[in-house]
Amino acid sequence: MTVGLGHYLSVAAILFTLGIFGIFLNRRNVIIILMSIELILLAVNINLVAFSTHLGDIVGQIYALLVLTVAAAEAAIGLAILVVYFRNRGSIAVEDINLMKG
Amino acid sequence: MIVQAIFFYLFACICVASAVMVIASKNPVHSVLFLILAFVNAAGLFVLMGAEFLAMILIVVYVGAVAVLFLFVVMMLDVDFSQLRQGMLQYLPIGVLIGGIFLAELLLLVGAWTIGPGIPQSITAPIPPVASVPNTAAIGQVLYTRYVYFFEAAGMVLLVAMVGAIVLTLQHRVRVRRQDIGAQVARNPRTSIELRRVRPGQGLETNP
Repeated sequence: MTVGLGHYLSVAAILFTLGIFGIFLNRRNVIIILMSIELILLAVNINLVAFSTHLGDIVGQIYALLVLTVAAAEAAIGLAILVVYFRNRGSIAVEDINLMKG
Repeated sequence: MIVQAIFFYLFACICVASAVMVIASKNPVHSVLFLILAFVNAAGLFVLMGAEFLAMILIVVYVGAVAVLFLFVVMMLDVDFSQLRQGMLQYLPIGVLIGGIFLAELLLLVGAWTIGPGIPQSITAPIPPVASVPNTAAIGQVLYTRYVYFFEAAGMVLLVAMVGAIVLTLQHRVRVRRQDIGAQVARNPRTSIELRRVRPGQGLETNP
């Protein structure tokens, strides 16, 4: 009944898979795709903290802090791009983002 | 120990269930709220693991900043989300297939994996006993000394992201009159007063 490292890694694996599955499922909606990316980064953070506390090394938690920073920056930039795109095109469907195909 | 197991399964189940609802919910506002629930429960998992500082940072950053940002954007964009969901079930079988294979591989990996023999000897910053140094102090003692450049790089990432978001979304409205402080300060009587001779019966031409 004791909770070990494997339990946390399993939760992180399930969350990671759900994030990837969300990108598959909501292929047209950019906002849900951004949220799925947040879920994937959360799974990465759970892995880092689980290894850090299991091995007794605090560097893992510091690295998790950097991942958190990058996730916040990514969300801000992604949503800003989304707002600008919606202002220009009036739509956020992923299929419409094809101007650079030429 | 049994209490820890109960709380672990509680947090893990709610976290996974709300992650499912994030990607399956019809309303994106519900998705954002379930994302908040998933992050709060992940913070509970962090507390169970003994990383209290990261748990609180997770709540502050995600519930306080990122989730509000998502909510703001979802509510500001006037998008027909039901139209975006058309053809969603088209990708369900391949998604379930790939996701199932991926999850099975990951869980097999979790079951069959061991820590290498040299790893415990090569730990560079061991966690001090919690009774003497709390988790926040332990992180600070390492983060502000050996990893200070790392910390400043994280700050630079945030600064660049902030500047980038402002530059992307700032728009100058064309038809709104704006205050030109330089022109106001540079005025003097010679440029602001103009004497015209008005002939009777003809009026004055408009300014060019």
